[in-house]
Amino acid sequence: MSVVDVPAAITRVHHEEWARVVAALTRRFGDLDIAEEAAAEAFATAVERWPTDGVPPNPGAWLTTTANRKAIDRIRRESKRDDKHKEAQLLYDDDPPEPFDAIDDERLRLIFTCCHPALAIEARVALTLRMVGGLTVPEIARAFLVQETTMGQRITRAKAKIKATRIPYRVPPAEELPARVSGVLAVLFLVFNEGYLATGSDTDPVRHDLTAEAIRLTRLIRALMPDDGEVVGLLALMLLTEARRTARISASGELVPLDEQDRGAWDAALVAEGHRLVRERLAASAAGIAPGRYQILAAISAVHTSARDVRDTDWSQVVALYNQLVRLDSSPIIALNRAVAVAELDGPEVALATVDRLEPKLAGYHAYHATRADLLRRLGCSQKSRAAYDKAIELAGNTAETAYLTRRRDQLG
Amino acid sequence: MQYLVSVIDDKSNPGSTDREPAISAFNKRLIAEGHWVFAGGLADTTAATVIDNRGEQAVFSDGPFVESKEYLAGVWVWEAPDLDVALKLATEASKICDRKIEVRPFL
Repeated sequence: MSVVDVPAAITRVHHEEWARVVAALTRRFGDLDIAEEAAAEAFATAVERWPTDGVPPNPGAWLTTTANRKAIDRIRRESKRDDKHKEAQLLYDDDPPEPFDAIDDERLRLIFTCCHPALAIEARVALTLRMVGGLTVPEIARAFLVQETTMGQRITRAKAKIKATRIPYRVPPAEELPARVSGVLAVLFLVFNEGYLATGSDTDPVRHDLTAEAIRLTRLIRALMPDDGEVVGLLALMLLTEARRTARISASGELVPLDEQDRGAWDAALVAEGHRLVRERLAASAAGIAPGRYQILAAISAVHTSARDVRDTDWSQVVALYNQLVRLDSSPIIALNRAVAVAELDGPEVALATVDRLEPKLAGYHAYHATRADLLRRLGCSQKSRAAYDKAIELAGNTAETAYLTRRRDQLG
Repeated sequence: MQYLVSVIDDKSNPGSTDREPAISAFNKRLIAEGHWVFAGGLADTTAATVIDNRGEQAVFSDGPFVESKEYLAGVWVWEAPDLDVALKLATEASKICDRKIEVRPFL
């Protein structure tokens, strides 16, 4: 391998091996802190040595061995300094692997521990990106627009709670698995959405690093749990959304809504992969397995991305899918999105009546006002529409969205 | 591992008062399964007295150390191998007591 390829090789190995190294060390030493630090040191050693020594034939094994040594060094150092550390509480795991643990990849234990429901959602997100995704604390801090020290504390506190309360390091038993998987997917979806609709006036409107990381981690979970329909659903949803990423922001940095996007600019490979996954789940539904919310959202996305022209969109199919979704999820945001589809099928007047009923729950949500503004515009109520645009602009946190809403408002007659 | 399991009631929206038989049955199960260490219901917070003897003289004051809508109505101490086991029992306990439950590990 040429010297030039080494940094690329290290990046690739970091993506592929980080979570495996952290997971293996956590299993061995029973401590997330030690595992994280030793893994980071091992990668730093690789950065130092591989350019001269060359990339080892089995980089993963090299990193695990190196990290193991670093961890043992640290434990020795600390036990010399403080005898109490010898008795450091270890993460609890004395379960013999059950037959169900056929999916017994160490990385899964790591993911389930990082996404434990006893941790606050922000802590789950941060811990997952650090321990499973291998992002650095400054990277995660930047992604969520918080100070590095704040993010560092968030991660430290989460690790301390895992230790103090004995959150187990294991894949949950079968009866708890659906709820726990859905907790993991919620974390990944949050990371994806933060990337897709980034907040903050100084932030890029789309954070490709975050959407890419969310997709990478969801692919990992799919590889580890290939039979879970919701994992497939979420991956398909992310791919079909990501496929439209470049068409979604104009050259001037303005949001381009779905009906105005250049469909030729969509990523055909991602669309094809997303459609393939949705078909896989449709076959399962036909066999009697009821789809969950991510699968339905992916199916809606598949209907949109199947239309070569917005006028070819099968709106009755979209509304039917939303009806199915509303039965699973009574969230007012789902009801709002359903109303947008209803407007295409039954006209803006019918949709507006539905949207107005959501006011008590969604008055603080920019998309509620943006939807109303658009419906009112189509009904010719310019003055009311302008007021709704004003409210939406005031509440929107994404720069591209603000630019789009402002143009729309200013175009009103 | 031992956990302090607090039963939290809410003065403005108290849980139902007919839970005693169900709680007794649940306690029997905790004992049978080896989780039970201690349990006790508490008298109303108006029966509390706070003592502060950090200064020169001990000061007694009537009432709980913090006035709040929510208050501690009773406690358990459970033995459990990990948080997941404790949380699963606490989920049942909340239903049985018709009240919120806090789970907190001992050091």
